[in-house]
Amino acid sequence: MPEKIIELNHLSKHFGKIRAVEDVSFDVYKGDVFGFLGPNGAGKSTTIRAMLSLITPTSGEIKLFGKHLHANRKSILSKIGCIVEKPDFYNYLSAEKNLEIFARISGSDVSRLRIHEMIDFVGLKGREKDKVGSFSHGMKQRLGIAQTILHDPDLIILDEPNTGLDPQGSISIRNLILQLKNERNKTILLSSHILSEIELIANRMVIIAKGKSIVQGNVSELLNEQDLIVSFEVDQPEKAVQIISEKLSPSVIGKTENNTLQLNIAYQLIPRINQWLAENGIQVFGIDSKRKLEDYFIKLVSN
Amino acid sequence: MFWKSTYNEFIKIAAKPRSYIGLAAITVLVSVILFAMKVDGLAYISFITASFEQTLSFQGNVLNGNLMAFIVLQTLIIQVPLLVALVTGDLVSGEAAMGSLRMLATKPISRTKLLLSKFLAGNAYTLIILLWLGVMAIGFGRILFGNGDLMVLKSDGLIILKSNDVMWRFFSGFVIAYLALVTIATLSITLSCFTDNSIGPIVTTMAIIILFTIIGTLDVPVFDHVRPLLFTTHMASWRSFFYDPIPKQEIINSVIVLLVHIAGLLGIALYKFNKKDILS
Repeated sequence: MPEKIIELNHLSKHFGKIRAVEDVSFDVYKGDVFGFLGPNGAGKSTTIRAMLSLITPTSGEIKLFGKHLHANRKSILSKIGCIVEKPDFYNYLSAEKNLEIFARISGSDVSRLRIHEMIDFVGLKGREKDKVGSFSHGMKQRLGIAQTILHDPDLIILDEPNTGLDPQGSISIRNLILQLKNERNKTILLSSHILSEIELIANRMVIIAKGKSIVQGNVSELLNEQDLIVSFEVDQPEKAVQIISEKLSPSVIGKTENNTLQLNIAYQLIPRINQWLAENGIQVFGIDSKRKLEDYFIKLVSN
Repeated sequence: MFWKSTYNEFIKIAAKPRSYIGLAAITVLVSVILFAMKVDGLAYISFITASFEQTLSFQGNVLNGNLMAFIVLQTLIIQVPLLVALVTGDLVSGEAAMGSLRMLATKPISRTKLLLSKFLAGNAYTLIILLWLGVMAIGFGRILFGNGDLMVLKSDGLIILKSNDVMWRFFSGFVIAYLALVTIATLSITLSCFTDNSIGPIVTTMAIIILFTIIGTLDVPVFDHVRPLLFTTHMASWRSFFYDPIPKQEIINSVIVLLVHIAGLLGIALYKFNKKDILS
């Protein structure tokens, strides 16, 4: 069993009558890219703030690296790099000066060389002397990632790192996260309100809504339990519809256009349907599957 | 970690444009006062000494650098707290508004050390402001008006201090003035811990100074017991060093009141900052 890096047990945080987080529990293991998923206002940032001692939980237990956060705050935070909501730097200072400021209080000796390496790593080489006030949102996000990894932390917490980024910026951040996981073997907690984003990066996830955790587990297993939209391109669509209706149910059949059938089925049924069609002399020219991520997410959250 | 954090705070203060407003304002204000005195100083002096001229004869350089420094300090000591609060009132709340406080608070440094480093850097800035005021008032005053005996007007008479007896009084006066300004800085830092916008603590600090000054100057018996406890009452204690004899007990009382204010306000700030949920 891999080492537990984050253990959240029955965490709650109330602001007056507002229950921002209610009884949230999950574990993150060493080497995980852990997706922390939920719609806006679900309590993700509040949970992360509690994990970083920015706010005091109303109840519950937070253990990081096997130690209680409250009693071991300093040693725990020295092993964490994070962006909460968005990286807010000193706009009147250069990127390099900003990193120097955060490096000085990171709990490690961070050399100037390391600062420049990290600036290079996030693709900001040549802009290190520019004031952060002149940076775009995407550049600030990348500088934020440089700030999180300056002191080579074991755990990286990124709260909605793609918010406000254009598709190219999102891809760039995603690639940086994957590099951190694959090349530097970091444990990463990544919060997002976009399931497809988590699916692309995370191996495990928890979904929370209205402050409560709804489901958690292995990303591929959780998503594979759900129906897919699978398109079969065949030579005899009418006959294929008839066979599938008899074998399964007419309700699984969606749109039929030209020679393509759209079916709402579980992932495991794809080879069986392919086999049935072949046994009945129907030629299959192509199979394409799409996950109904939005439907899955909305169904979970609304329940 | 504490000293590294304090160094960070120095860098931030030094890089902020608003930190130079105080220095620029002092330069302009002192220059304006010295220019006015260079042009019309003798008329100003004869207006002040009019009531003594029938019984006393003033000889020598009355309008000298020491008198200029005294007039400048007396005039500006009311304005300097605003210039100090402009920077110190922003130290916590400005960062909260900007969001950088959130980033600082996720670092492995205790909130107590973080706030104390801001407090120390704020006090260093206050010292720089006061030193610049001293350099401008005494230094440029002497360059422009020369040295001479200092004439200090009191409500109950006139004191003439020998020129070689003045510098230590200025130095001691500056120490008390610094203590008064540190009280203002601590007040604004404390208020800064209670809010997430940078203007609020600055305006509130000034409002408190104005309110306490009015209470202190209102000659109404109902405030007699309160007046000695207000820090504003003791902000002008630096003047006591220019009396003869020097009212030592009054100065000691002022130092105690100011130190108690600093300690009390800092305690409140530390408590609030440590308990604060950082939501910005």
